[in-house]
Amino acid sequence: MSAFWSMGGYARYVWPCFGFAGAVLCWNLWSARGYLAAARSRAVRAMAMDENV
Amino acid sequence: MWTWFYKLASPPYVFGVAAALTPWFFALAALAIGYGTVAGLVFAPPDYQQGDAFRIIYVHAPAAWLSLFAYTTMAVAGGIGLIWRIKMGHAVAAATAPVGASFTLLALVTGSLWGRPMWGTYWAWDPRLTSELILLFLYVGVMSLRPAFEDPARGDRAAALLSIVGVVNVPIIHYSVLWWNSLHQGATVAKIGKPAMPGSMLWPLLSMLLGFMLFYGAVLCIRVRGEVLNRERQATWVREAVKSR
Repeated sequence: MSAFWSMGGYARYVWPCFGFAGAVLCWNLWSARGYLAAARSRAVRAMAMDENV
Repeated sequence: MWTWFYKLASPPYVFGVAAALTPWFFALAALAIGYGTVAGLVFAPPDYQQGDAFRIIYVHAPAAWLSLFAYTTMAVAGGIGLIWRIKMGHAVAAATAPVGASFTLLALVTGSLWGRPMWGTYWAWDPRLTSELILLFLYVGVMSLRPAFEDPARGDRAAALLSIVGVVNVPIIHYSVLWWNSLHQGATVAKIGKPAMPGSMLWPLLSMLLGFMLFYGAVLCIRVRGEVLNRERQATWVREAVKSR
């Protein structure tokens, strides 16, 4: 098992690459969902403002 | 064919299709990336020259491929918006830019980490690395240009123009290893005839490529829905769509 984690002596290069890739995938998912949620709340606000006028 | 093309110009149609496709893209991306990661890290044999460091290819190559694919998508979508004045073209271009930029950064960082043990340096002003860095600057330029105009339509047109001009960098990146002396290795998978990799290394890589593409599709669908809502929030169908949720 430790042979797997050591990656033949290249662990400090291999694991940060996979870690950063995971972080980029998570950031993309999080930011896209946040963008959609913000757009939706802006649409709801615009609708509420129109109804109040 | 043209009916389908015109349908893609309709914001409500695209909004509905994107919502329906998102979970499928995510599920298939999770399967492909899950298989590719396990097979690439555990089952693929070490490279005879690079040892286990070659496993970085399983995140580096898909990210680099996606950085080019997303840029081409952005330029084509921007071109469609410019030529046919289809608003959805600009919406797709705007939605693609941050995703493409993030994968370009991933390709540069993983390439740098791979370069250290193989070339003895994190960075070299090599044609492939430099042209990929220019791609990141182009993404940042396109993203900064769009909101720099008070009139969103002008911002869309300016961003589309820059992305179309910048698309010349895509073949430069791809062929840089052939046109100039480069530290970077040549084509491994896309070699005509026979890829320079055994199946035990190649299948996880192809799976990761597919997984990253599907993930890009899923994230793009979510972002396009956000773009459509931002651009069409005064439309009746948007009000009904928001009310129904």
